[in-house]
Amino acid sequence: MNIGTLWQHEFIQNAFLAGGCVAIAAALIGYFLVLRAQTFAGEALTDIGFTGATGAALLGLSPLPGMMILSLLAAFIIGLLGERLRGRDIEIGMVLSFALGLGVLFLSLYASSSGSHASAGIGLLFGSILSVSREDVWLSLAGALGCSLALLILYRPLLFASIDPEVAAARGVPVRLLSVLFLLLLALATAISVLVIGVLLVFALLVAPAAAAGRLSSSPASALLLAVLLGVGCTWGGLLIAFLGPGQHLPASFCIATLATCCYAGASLIAHVRQRRAPRLPAQPAHPCKGRRAAV
Amino acid sequence: MSSTQYDQRPGLAPQAPSSRGRESQEMIPGPVIELERVSVCLGGRSILQEVSFSISPGEFIAVLGPNGAGKSTLLKVLLGLVRPSAGSVRLFGQAPRRGNQLIGYAPQHRTLEGALSLRARDLVGFGLDGHRWGPGWFVSGGRRRQATIEEALAEVDARQLADMPVAHLSGGEQQRLLIAQALLSQPRLLLLDEPLSNLDISHEQEIIALIARLCRTRGMTVLLVSHDVNPLLPVIDRVLYLARGHAAIGKPEQVITSATLSALYGAPVEVVEALGRLFVVGVDI
Repeated sequence: MNIGTLWQHEFIQNAFLAGGCVAIAAALIGYFLVLRAQTFAGEALTDIGFTGATGAALLGLSPLPGMMILSLLAAFIIGLLGERLRGRDIEIGMVLSFALGLGVLFLSLYASSSGSHASAGIGLLFGSILSVSREDVWLSLAGALGCSLALLILYRPLLFASIDPEVAAARGVPVRLLSVLFLLLLALATAISVLVIGVLLVFALLVAPAAAAGRLSSSPASALLLAVLLGVGCTWGGLLIAFLGPGQHLPASFCIATLATCCYAGASLIAHVRQRRAPRLPAQPAHPCKGRRAAV
Repeated sequence: MSSTQYDQRPGLAPQAPSSRGRESQEMIPGPVIELERVSVCLGGRSILQEVSFSISPGEFIAVLGPNGAGKSTLLKVLLGLVRPSAGSVRLFGQAPRRGNQLIGYAPQHRTLEGALSLRARDLVGFGLDGHRWGPGWFVSGGRRRQATIEEALAEVDARQLADMPVAHLSGGEQQRLLIAQALLSQPRLLLLDEPLSNLDISHEQEIIALIARLCRTRGMTVLLVSHDVNPLLPVIDRVLYLARGHAAIGKPEQVITSATLSALYGAPVEVVEALGRLFVVGVDI
């Protein structure tokens, strides 16, 4: 297969389109997720989403709405419980394991009632981008647009509240409300990410591009842009490797996760080298520290 | 039990709090801060009990007291973040509210993990428009905005740090940024919570000189929470001493005495002057 003939297949078009939308939404949300040190909460929300998806399958519904409903509900409750999730690892871990356990129960009930559908669970856990329908493309497009628009409106106060909640609250920023709104957006972004990459690998799109961009750029606007570029690059690159690469059937989620990991590792390396080369202070401090200078 | 007021000042006729000339404050009538029998309870624990005092425009006040005496809580009451359980608080003649642009606030120094990947100018810029909705077209642009931020940075002698990542700055430099951020809304009241902790002596002196200069040139009222009054003695007008939920306010030589502090702590306290410094001994502070 070459790229020309590749694009003629509808399932491949769908994969690229949905993957692109998901990568954009995940990178944007992921930037704030990393900033707020809530990555573990992101993982928990996807696992709860898995339970929702298997529950929906058990009821004979499409998994995506079930996943969205349950993870939005969980996001709302987590947001109301604590202003910040920092240091709540144990509570989140407990909820996470309970939710995954429940998901396994639903899956086994579903498999025993309808027979031979255990592969549905594999699809949810590790992604099934090749079976994305045109309808899913529209859904992920809507999700990505919704996330981007919401973040555009929330941008300044959310950034302020993520970095310095104390001063932000004093300046009249509704910190608690923003925390809930952000988790709802996170739930939305993870729910559509699961389409492409699956529950277990959602970190690859949510965290890796944003964290890599944060390492490489120190201005929020350029970091956001870079995160989006890296996210889309990893997703499309991963898909290309999966379709064109050797050995035919490399799973797409494996390729995407590998690229994302390399991305983060590369960014860390570059940041490390840069930091070692850069002087700690500008060459001519207008405001020298007397003691230090005397010692030099 | 009410708080003790030394050298009480008439509220509506502001007089120069010290011999240093300050013309600008004559324009603002009445006290900047007025607390009347204010009590605060947090989590069932009484933090402040019937505290009353008033502070005039342009005063530089050191807020002192042992850990847990309610110093930070007092600032949060003024910011509208904590509601008193009794009493009345007036700021510029109005009830405290969140987002009051007349107040600049720099909380106790903590490591802002998220901020480590930001430049100094981004962090300081929050003081200008961080509370506004919308992207502000990603706010890095705008020549006037950048000029305002650079002006604020210059005012705290940190202009050369504008494009440095916050992660590369020392504790004293980060403290400067937080003060610059607090100054951006052109506040008339500056609340600083322990700005001197984590600083070595030379940086401590720099920050104190900086705040004193801002207080004088802008006619700004400053409340500075500190655990040590000594480095502040040359620049402050009065001290507000908090202990056991009670407060005493007045000139340092009136408040930091064995008699006053013993009454405040409800236990024998000795103020010792040695090596040109004041030491409070006899209680756990």
